[in-house]
Amino acid sequence: MYQNSMDNSPGIDFNTPALKKYRSLRFLKDRLARWGVASGGLGVIVAILLIFFYLLYEVLPLFNRAEITRVASYPSALTFVDEPVATKKAPIFLAVEEQAEVAMQSEASGNLRFFSSQTGEWLQNELLPIPAGSEVVRVVRDAAGSNLMAAGLTNGEVILFDQGYRITWPDDRRKITPEVSYPYERQPFAIKDFSAPVAQLAISDGEEKLLMAASSNNQLVMEVVHKEADFLTESVTVEQQSVALPVISGLSAQGGLDIRQLLIDPEQTWLYVLSGSNQLTVINISDIDRPYIHETLNLTAKGVDVTAMTFLLGGVSLLVGDSEGNIAQWFMVREDGRLNLHNIRSFSLGNDPIDKIVPEHRRKGFLASDVKGQVGLYYTTANRSLLVEPLAAGRIDQMAVAPRGNYLILASQGETQFLKIDNEHPEISWSALWGKVWYESYHQPDYIWQSSASNNDFEPKLSLMPLSFGTLKAAFYAMLLAAPLAICAAIYTAYFMAPGMRRKVKPVIELMEALPTVILGFLAGLWLAPLIENQLVGIFALLLFVPAGILMFAFAWDGLPATIRHRIPDGMQAGLLVPVVLLSGALAMSLSSSLELWLFDGDMRTWLTTELGIPYDQRNALVVGLAMGFAVIPTIFSIAEDAIFSVPRHLTYGSLALGATPWQTLIRVVLLTASPGIFSALMIGMGRAVGETMIVLMATGNTPIMDANIFEGMRTLAANIAVEMPESEVGSSHYRILFLAALVLFLFTFVVNTAAEMVRHRLRKKYSSL
Amino acid sequence: MTMNNSLQSPGKRSVGAWINSGAPWVWLNAGAVAISLVLVIGLLGLIAVRGLGHFWPGQIMVADYQPPGQAVRMVAGEITDSEEVPAARLESSGLEVVNGQELYTRDLLKQGNRDLSGADFVWIVDEWLSNRQYPEDIMVLERREWGNFYGFLESVQEDGITVASGESAWIVFNERLDRALTIYQAIYQIEKHDIGSINAAIEQLRLAERRLELSGDRDPVRQAEIQAERKQLNQEYQQLETQLGDLYRAFNRDSFVARTVAGQTLEQPISKVVRAYQPNTLSLTDKIGFYFDKVGEFILDDPREANTEGGVFPAIFGTVMMVILMSIMVTPFGVIAAVYLREYASQGWMTRAIRVAVNNLAGVPSIVYGVFGLGFFIYFAGAKIDNLFFAEALPSPTFGTPGLLWASITLALLTLPVVIVATEEGLSRIPRSVREGSLALGATKAETLWRVVLPMASPAMMTGLILAVARAAGEVAPLMLVGVVKLAPSLPLDGNYPYLHLDQKFMHLGFHIFDVGFQSPNVEAARPLVYATALLLVMVIAVLNLSAVAIRNRLREKYKSLED
Repeated sequence: MYQNSMDNSPGIDFNTPALKKYRSLRFLKDRLARWGVASGGLGVIVAILLIFFYLLYEVLPLFNRAEITRVASYPSALTFVDEPVATKKAPIFLAVEEQAEVAMQSEASGNLRFFSSQTGEWLQNELLPIPAGSEVVRVVRDAAGSNLMAAGLTNGEVILFDQGYRITWPDDRRKITPEVSYPYERQPFAIKDFSAPVAQLAISDGEEKLLMAASSNNQLVMEVVHKEADFLTESVTVEQQSVALPVISGLSAQGGLDIRQLLIDPEQTWLYVLSGSNQLTVINISDIDRPYIHETLNLTAKGVDVTAMTFLLGGVSLLVGDSEGNIAQWFMVREDGRLNLHNIRSFSLGNDPIDKIVPEHRRKGFLASDVKGQVGLYYTTANRSLLVEPLAAGRIDQMAVAPRGNYLILASQGETQFLKIDNEHPEISWSALWGKVWYESYHQPDYIWQSSASNNDFEPKLSLMPLSFGTLKAAFYAMLLAAPLAICAAIYTAYFMAPGMRRKVKPVIELMEALPTVILGFLAGLWLAPLIENQLVGIFALLLFVPAGILMFAFAWDGLPATIRHRIPDGMQAGLLVPVVLLSGALAMSLSSSLELWLFDGDMRTWLTTELGIPYDQRNALVVGLAMGFAVIPTIFSIAEDAIFSVPRHLTYGSLALGATPWQTLIRVVLLTASPGIFSALMIGMGRAVGETMIVLMATGNTPIMDANIFEGMRTLAANIAVEMPESEVGSSHYRILFLAALVLFLFTFVVNTAAEMVRHRLRKKYSSL
Repeated sequence: MTMNNSLQSPGKRSVGAWINSGAPWVWLNAGAVAISLVLVIGLLGLIAVRGLGHFWPGQIMVADYQPPGQAVRMVAGEITDSEEVPAARLESSGLEVVNGQELYTRDLLKQGNRDLSGADFVWIVDEWLSNRQYPEDIMVLERREWGNFYGFLESVQEDGITVASGESAWIVFNERLDRALTIYQAIYQIEKHDIGSINAAIEQLRLAERRLELSGDRDPVRQAEIQAERKQLNQEYQQLETQLGDLYRAFNRDSFVARTVAGQTLEQPISKVVRAYQPNTLSLTDKIGFYFDKVGEFILDDPREANTEGGVFPAIFGTVMMVILMSIMVTPFGVIAAVYLREYASQGWMTRAIRVAVNNLAGVPSIVYGVFGLGFFIYFAGAKIDNLFFAEALPSPTFGTPGLLWASITLALLTLPVVIVATEEGLSRIPRSVREGSLALGATKAETLWRVVLPMASPAMMTGLILAVARAAGEVAPLMLVGVVKLAPSLPLDGNYPYLHLDQKFMHLGFHIFDVGFQSPNVEAARPLVYATALLLVMVIAVLNLSAVAIRNRLREKYKSLED
């Protein structure tokens, strides 16, 4: 055809080189456009999907397992050429500084040897000023993370020293210089009546006083050093005093039970004395002039020995290792007004006796080793055993964890090992996020969200339960208002309303969907909340007055003579009812004060609190329910209205023709057919209510409580993200949990919307087949 | 649909029959519509009344106030709100209630004078007011600090010497005030613009120097150039400083003495006053003039007093900038994606799934986009950009911190589904015959698309864009994470290189509402301003939405004729 036409019209040649070139250019353009649009379009779609994958990428590290890898190992007694003091024995104490570059070991000679943790290379020495002829037998740290240490000597004296580091930047390179100072006195403290070596030692440094508890030859002594700081010179003068401790039964210098461990808590309230195989005596030392035995208990079952005991970070919890390879966490719990030690949870390392327990310095985690050199890594709050690995061939002599919890140094059988710990997010476990957790100082397990606090040894409480509960609570109260109103309005608009009026009413209600939620939130918080607080009775009276007003008007209207009734066309009832609603609403509000006086002695809030015991917050779930319900009405209305309106007409005509009333037709035919659409409208509305941020943020007090009370507030997942995200440290567990909350919201709304969309799709198909 | 009324013929009405007919249910459904309408219109009305009422100069009342058991005191101010409270509530707030009256009217009095009385708003009981007057000579001063002042003018002073008192004082005062305001303009110009641009230039120099240092370039010539430039700038700065000093001396020359109704007199510099008027003497035309003056101030001025007074211009500007940037990004990408999905992709289950997914992304909570923007754009992409291109500014981040660019991109992502869905709908409405006609005439697919399909779909794209803009203008939650601040020191667009500061944080109307309403120390004082801001935002969004609806309707009309 093409060829023929060419032959018949000799004037035009479509195959000139210029036209050919032009044609190929056009096809090239077409192909380019195809590629461009396809790659651009796919790119955009990928970018959108990236949201999901990025959220997942930020969340996944939460579920990584911990790992320990060996970085270096070298002989513990390695002596370098120019090192002044030769190391002969195994270290009796180990420590690592913040950057994990410099480690310190303490030796019997009183030598503090600083060395490179990576290579074991000697860096510096510091000799503790110990009296001639004596040796160091025991070194203890004040509390996890503290720099203050105490060394017990063979002559029964104790020396206190502060071991810190100074960081300088010569030539833009970090240089770490160890520093040892003596905050009290260079002279060792003599402990009353002690001449034999110090066997057990505990110190606790407070604002006003320093406590030292020590045992020697099973004799228990506590010394208190009162500090008095001079305001001007900031120099501290100290005064030492002995404390008369109560007698612990079964303890005596000759035979009897051994004192196995001493601990003083940082608040300087409790002295824990472990004696014999498993007997713990708790002495209250809050009044150092009158200490008394608070409680004596056995930490393990008969036949099982306690083999290690230490504080968890913060000094509230005791970690107790036993001869069967278990580590138990104990802390004081208030019962009937009295504090008692409770076994909270336990962890298992193996079957061999626990030998050492080392708490982390910044988190509520710890490491434990057994006599065979097996090391376990645990996190208490999350009840997680993160890792168990044999790290040494035999018993570990000393073990220390770096302040950041990322390195471990241990000495075993003459060998020092330096290991890296990958353990970024031990705080997270299924039980920590969704279960009841027994937090320190709480009297029972509970769901708590409290992600941060000012102090260092804070236990993060990361239960998502209160937030999820708050989210559902807010959504529930919103739906309570929105669902009936929106669906009833949709039914009327789609089925009964005159078409002319429908064209006007529908856009007005739908316009509300575009109203910024920040405005609704602001009105809810600053206008509605005080209004409800003052007119609480009126608000509840509305529930009664408005429907009653509508029904009374309707009854009266239907009783009017037809001539009057027919002046208003059918399907315009809504217009007639606007003044009725306004009037009955105004009546309810104006009667609020009188009703309050009549029913509740003039103050319903006080009545609620005193008579029913229901606390009342100004910004509460009722306010959120009203405001957010308002925000959700247009969403539900719009979709439900579409679903009802598109029910094929012949179904209704058929029903009406068979003699059903319009109401019967609606209930039995129309709603039944449209019910999937209405359901999907509700789901989408629910999705919107769940993810709404600003209204909840502004209209509630944002307290993460778990209480369904309509007069109390809540904190939702979305509001929590808005509140806490800006302050969250990038990459921290808290940061990732907020991402997890975002992912949960994303998935929830996405799944709900997709399901709703599928329901609607099937409904549309059904209608078209009808 | 007609209602079946056969069962309720007048004469023999029974409630039972009426209920059986289903009529009450229909009426209740109608009631739901009525309630929804009342809510919607009532809400808009509330915002409009409160927002517009804020600028109207109210009458200032002076009255004696005597709660039972307390001494009489004079109060002055504007009654801004009043409500009915039961006596029990008054008692529980510590007031003595003597007589048997059970309900009281409580008024919220704006008494100003925060520097003297501690609070500019007090609740007073209407029944305990007596001897109300509206004196002509009471004046209202809007001040730069401490909120409004209500009182009587005693005298005007220049350098501590009284120049006018009594009747003439008000006229002299107004002259002096005009002078002070003129000087203030000059000071503002120097402080905000001249010194601002010098500071920006000095900062650029510092960065240039640091860049040289980082690249290891120790060329003494360049160093010297920078030093010379810096010296020059410092000199200019010194000049401006002296100029400013002179201006400030002139600015602070005059002062005035005023007396409050409580009888306190105090002297204040005129430079602290922004506006002065005697509301009880204003005629209706004066009031209208005053009203528009205040509206103008609200729209065009910077905020004062921790955002509780003054205008919202920076917030309007920030919102508009952000929305424009967002539109530039969202339109092409949204249209390309829609064209791909509708015109190029094979219409299998995969495309359908993508379509559903894109559709549903519109329902994902906006805060999730904020989290994504913060994590991906700011901490990930922003940090990379800083390391590559802005290393000289580190450790202070340039793009590795919330800012205008990231806020725009985040909102573009948020509104992308809106544009895609609207454009796709437009494309799907174009009849097949139109495309086929074009293809039959020998046009390639790209040509058909470019010359025929896209122009026909352009109203749909506009609709999508307008809806996107309306959504973006009202979103606050994600912006709180990716770039808004309560008070930005400068606008994101100014005369300093590089003119458009994409890395800067900005102010936003929606966030302004949140911040002023909820983080402000003086909520009562800020409330009217928040209503006005809310009204502004509602109006912008309503106009955008209504125009989108209008365009959509026109579009439908247009293709109806094509389909026939």
